[in-house]
Amino acid sequence: MSEFPKADFFESSTAAVADHELRRKLESASARHLDHFAQVKAEFPPYDDERDAAHRIKTDAIAHLDELLIDLTSKLEERGCKVFFAEDAAQARDYIVALAQAKGAKNVVKGKSMTTEEIDLNDALAKAGIDAVETDLGEYIVQLRGERPSHIITPAIHLSKEDIGQLFTDKFGIEYTAEPEKLTAEARSRLRAIFLAADFGVTGVNFAIAETGTLILVENEGNGRLSSTMPETFVAVMGIEKVIPRLEDLSHFLEILARTATGQKLTTYTSFITGPRREGDLDGPAEMHVVILDNGRSAMLADPVLREALNCIRCGACLNVCPIYRRIGGHAYRSVYPGPIGSIVSPNLFGSAAGHLPFASTLCGACKDICPVKIDIPRILLHLRWKESTGKHPLKWPRAIERARRGARRFAKTARYPRTIRTLGKFAAMVLKPFAHNGYLRRMPGPFRNWTKYRDFPRPRPHKRPES
Amino acid sequence: MTEVQLFSTCLAEEFFPEVNDATATVLERLRLKVTPIRGAFCCGQVAFNEGMREEAVDLARRFLNSVEVGVPIVVPSGSCTSMLKIFYGDLLDGDPALAAKALAIRPWVFELSQFIVNVLKVKYLGARYERAVAYHPSCHLMRELGVRSEPMTLLSAVAGIKICELRDREECCGFGGMFSVKFPHISASMLDDKMARIRESGAEVVVANDCGCLMQIGGGLSRAGDKIEVRHLAEVLAAR
Repeated sequence: MSEFPKADFFESSTAAVADHELRRKLESASARHLDHFAQVKAEFPPYDDERDAAHRIKTDAIAHLDELLIDLTSKLEERGCKVFFAEDAAQARDYIVALAQAKGAKNVVKGKSMTTEEIDLNDALAKAGIDAVETDLGEYIVQLRGERPSHIITPAIHLSKEDIGQLFTDKFGIEYTAEPEKLTAEARSRLRAIFLAADFGVTGVNFAIAETGTLILVENEGNGRLSSTMPETFVAVMGIEKVIPRLEDLSHFLEILARTATGQKLTTYTSFITGPRREGDLDGPAEMHVVILDNGRSAMLADPVLREALNCIRCGACLNVCPIYRRIGGHAYRSVYPGPIGSIVSPNLFGSAAGHLPFASTLCGACKDICPVKIDIPRILLHLRWKESTGKHPLKWPRAIERARRGARRFAKTARYPRTIRTLGKFAAMVLKPFAHNGYLRRMPGPFRNWTKYRDFPRPRPHKRPES
Repeated sequence: MTEVQLFSTCLAEEFFPEVNDATATVLERLRLKVTPIRGAFCCGQVAFNEGMREEAVDLARRFLNSVEVGVPIVVPSGSCTSMLKIFYGDLLDGDPALAAKALAIRPWVFELSQFIVNVLKVKYLGARYERAVAYHPSCHLMRELGVRSEPMTLLSAVAGIKICELRDREECCGFGGMFSVKFPHISASMLDDKMARIRESGAEVVVANDCGCLMQIGGGLSRAGDKIEVRHLAEVLAAR
């Protein structure tokens, strides 16, 4: 299990909703994504069929994960890859750090990968005295700021071009500019030099084809392709759920992934990596390793409801539509994976420290509507709420919320007796009546205090219609 | 079809009694005999959404024992309808007898606008309501039940009504049941945006099909000192 930051969600989300600047940035970026998505979706009538196909293939793949992983492993080995199964984050980290040390690696380059964020790879490499540079522009920017990505797809979504201009001035001593073209060119020339010197590359994996042993990388900047082809040693890190059976299955995913993720028809780069450099090949690594990570995923697989979340292809669309993510941003979740899908994945990766996250949703279902592989996110959140509330170690809540929960429980218990609760309702109405103005109460005690902190509470007025 | 069972829902019973009156009135005008479900007070969603399954199962049992299979159950709430129609399946999978009853009532449970438009095939109810109205679609109604056009179909047929365009109308108002008191700061931020959209729509009245949304939006408008009112769809349909 990975470590989960101590600071709690209540604190971080309170600070985040008060940050209007953050809100403006998140709103404009997610609106742009969603606009583009609506457009490319409208232009592509088979979208819903492709979505059904992707859902079907992925569900089937997850149901046969064991067999597919065996097939994938033997194909990868046939192609000359070394395969390592990591049970948890620590095993994956240790393997990669030991390999980098054994190779005498000095300059590690990383393509954009959430899985390596999940295992805290950069910190582990740094502790071993090895520099790892993030080469995706957004990741590069957040790394320069000493931050973590705040979105699965757009790591620097919480920053404006002005923020980035200032960062480059501070870090590189260049003249301030907020022109995206100039900033990108600056980053590009710096990264180019880093790529040329790189001796060890690490990337994630979007899809792994069991039938051929091919790893697919989907990206827009070429950082994944360079990280996987230029260094002499290349390590791909993938969760066990990334495997799909056949090459022909891939097209369905490529049709939907870029559309929902960024509103593109296809990403600029789609790399097919089948083993290390062979004789006669002009490029590619001399050695290729594939780290296949469990880290809580097989526990999700064992749960018939949670299992569906393994269908996730990490497109990030559920973050863009989530009214909560759009108000608090990724960092407030205190987890590598924020947003609706993060609230499902995080408690499995980080245990009860992330246990409040499944509750931080109105269950509005916007995520389920947009999900390209049709994951019923609200249903899984409800399942997790139940799991977090029962068992040996039920969640601990802040005191005010604990009180509200007790209130809800008491209400549910009393509501079993309709006549009693109706009488209590009438009593409450009578008691509260003198305190009401224009039908509303401005302040309420106990479990309702949090309600009247922000809005008025309607005066109870039980049924007056004569019974029919 | 001559008879329906009306499930008032706990929020309407305690805070919005006129919603039940209006719902009954609308149904009676359609020549249906309306029998209120008095044996149950709450569908159990509050407990279910908090992960309190035992309590939720008790309330589901209570509800299922209070209704008749084969007579439509009409509910003036998209959220409670989703609970009865969809989430009872998940809640009761450990209790075969209750699960069977839940499955049996499933095709008989309808949200009000769903029932009028899709089952009775009625659009025009002879209502007159001379106000400028913005319609806020509730989340479960849209995304769990797939009821998107029905409320607007009914509202458009009301005489004298002026329907105002509500921008971003499909965005949640931030209620979310217990979410509103557990994460009140996030809930309030969502509410602020909803209220801003409502104000710019030029509406005098906000209409929704769920008392939860009415509580949230109404409470927010009241706190802000706004004159804009909240009404349930049933109240508009019952107005003459």
